Amino acid sequence: MGMSLAINTALVDAMTDDERVLVFGEDVAREGGVFRVTAGLHERFGPTRCFDTPLAESAIVGVSIGLAIRGYRPVPEIQFDGFVYPALDQIISHLAKYRSRTQGAITLPVTLRVPSFGGIGAADRHSDSIETYLVHTAGIQVVSPATPDDAYWLLRHSIDAEDPVIFLEPKRRYWNKGVVDLGTPAPAIGRAIVRRPGDDVTEVTYGGMVGVAMEAAEMAAEDDDVSVEVIDLRSLSPLDFETIATSVRRTQRCVVMHEAARTLGFGAEIAARVQEELFYDLESPVLRVTGFDTPYPPARLEGNWLPDADRLLDAIDQALAEDRVSTDA
Amino acid sequence: MGSGGWLAGEVPVPDVPDPLRIVAPDGSITDPALFDSLDLGPVELSGLMRAMVVMRDLDEEYVNLQRQGQLALWPPSRGQEAAQVGCAHAIEATDWLFPTYRELGLLLHRGIDVGAIGLMWRGATNGVAGMTERRIAPLSIPIGTQVLHAAGAAMAAQMERDDSIVIAFLGDGATSEGDVHEALNFAGVFGLPCVFFVQNNQWAISTPVTSQTAAPSLAHKAAGYGMPGLRVDGNDVLATLLVTRQAAAWCRSGRGPVLVEAVTYRTGPHTTSDDPSRYRSAEDEAAAAALDPITRFRRFLDDRGLIDEGFDAGTAQESQLLRSALRSAVFDAADPSPASTFDHVTAYPDPARASQRRQLVAELGGGHDG
Repeated sequence: MGMSLAINTALVDAMTDDERVLVFGEDVAREGGVFRVTAGLHERFGPTRCFDTPLAESAIVGVSIGLAIRGYRPVPEIQFDGFVYPALDQIISHLAKYRSRTQGAITLPVTLRVPSFGGIGAADRHSDSIETYLVHTAGIQVVSPATPDDAYWLLRHSIDAEDPVIFLEPKRRYWNKGVVDLGTPAPAIGRAIVRRPGDDVTEVTYGGMVGVAMEAAEMAAEDDDVSVEVIDLRSLSPLDFETIATSVRRTQRCVVMHEAARTLGFGAEIAARVQEELFYDLESPVLRVTGFDTPYPPARLEGNWLPDADRLLDAIDQALAEDRVSTDA
Repeated sequence: MGSGGWLAGEVPVPDVPDPLRIVAPDGSITDPALFDSLDLGPVELSGLMRAMVVMRDLDEEYVNLQRQGQLALWPPSRGQEAAQVGCAHAIEATDWLFPTYRELGLLLHRGIDVGAIGLMWRGATNGVAGMTERRIAPLSIPIGTQVLHAAGAAMAAQMERDDSIVIAFLGDGATSEGDVHEALNFAGVFGLPCVFFVQNNQWAISTPVTSQTAAPSLAHKAAGYGMPGLRVDGNDVLATLLVTRQAAAWCRSGRGPVLVEAVTYRTGPHTTSDDPSRYRSAEDEAAAAALDPITRFRRFLDDRGLIDEGFDAGTAQESQLLRSALRSAVFDAADPSPASTFDHVTAYPDPARASQRRQLVAELGGGHDG
């Protein structure tokens, strides 16, 4: 099934299993969501369990906090990444801090779904990468599925989690199909997955870029006989650094890719940790393949701005070219 | 809208009724029928007086402790005793409260430990212990943000149908914040059982309410959200009690939210870091003093012979016990370990954070929790 349907199925199953699970946001009920991800929930579970809110992002998160205090498991939606900003105060000042402020007396099991990232030729403010602001904020978890199976299971895990989770859905993958194994839970939040094993270079990525990385890895294998190991992080906070470390110790080269702007994008954190903890295992510097430090481009220019297989392959070439000077010359 | 009216050059003059009042500043009853409807005997009436006096005494003690360097900061609630005590006595223990940072009267009414309040303002903790079990949300420093949480909790109360309501506390300054607008709108649309209790103490630090809004009164804003707006003299404990009772009953009956504007005055500074002489006049403060809630209610009780011999001594004793408890808890209190900043960040044990905690513990001397 496609990712959109996988998310819908996860919501149906979660709402069936636990009557405290509520789904709400702008246009999620009557319309079933602008991407149809929440289609049918309002009809199936009624207006108390799935409802439309007024046009107010801060309220969507603030109200979910109040509901969670009273024992509900809210699964609110912010319609697009670029519209999360009015809600950032509620996320950063409260969603992330209630547990700490109350010394554990109040936990907020809120799962905030946010259609995210670019690559669909959308209007301004509909293609942002917001993960840096969120991962930098202690107290919330941040996950992003790249496959339909992970979309189903990471969402189930997120809703079950006691902590608040921001669930970043790569909208460019909504219609990509894949097998969803409803009988076998995918790994938990906090675990990365090696999507493609390899020996020459470790490629670390997440969300919408996983497909690009797999495409590039295929090209590298066929055209250059280069073996790329693709790691899908799935969970940005908490981060599964062990999987990265195990891989880099073996390949000795690391490239990180994300859509977000270069400066202080998630690649900066990976690069810092890899060189801190695995410096003597590296044959070349950690490289980052990223968007640019500009506002997100208009739709017709997006294709050249976003990282693609070519930009990644250039970085892989560079990582492989920078051998240490041989001592036995 | 027909021809004439403002299109013809007439300026509409909104009707701004006086805030509802039962006890006048001189202690007389302005509305005997309303007074009788409250059905309060001498015990309850002197109980209200005692609660206000103890609140003011405690508030003074927190200020003293700050001046002695034992607290980092304190936001006095001096002048707002009637608003808070009246409200507190009008609601049920099962109603959730969403306070600002200046609701001392509500916290005392619910039995929150005075030392726990002190430790937060000392800078030892980021929250007050013991609030959740008494259905009080954490103190909220970012202005107005808690009003949205109140709306969410009210939605839960509506779904539970458990007869409980929610009280959202906010000040005049908060009514300018976007989150408050969104919360009022949300509550109106869904008909949520929430009393939005606005203490208009006239000042948002140095900004008078006349610079905060062009609305004819804060109660007038309610109409824009489809809910009733009740305006009460917040320095009159009986009027506040009556109006809050009415508002609570409205919410409990399922008729939706209510906004209550309690008109009062912040006779002290915004916090102990503030100096009101920089922005308000002695005349203004003297005018406010003439409306003092405790002075007024005392006159009323004395005129009716409702203060018995033991009242002052009993009140002083209660204040003294609480002040002592506060001083004991706070004075030269040892700080929690810095490693405690890692506690309760998430339920999930994040390995990166655990590693950082080990680093801090090592810096603290290692081998123990500091």
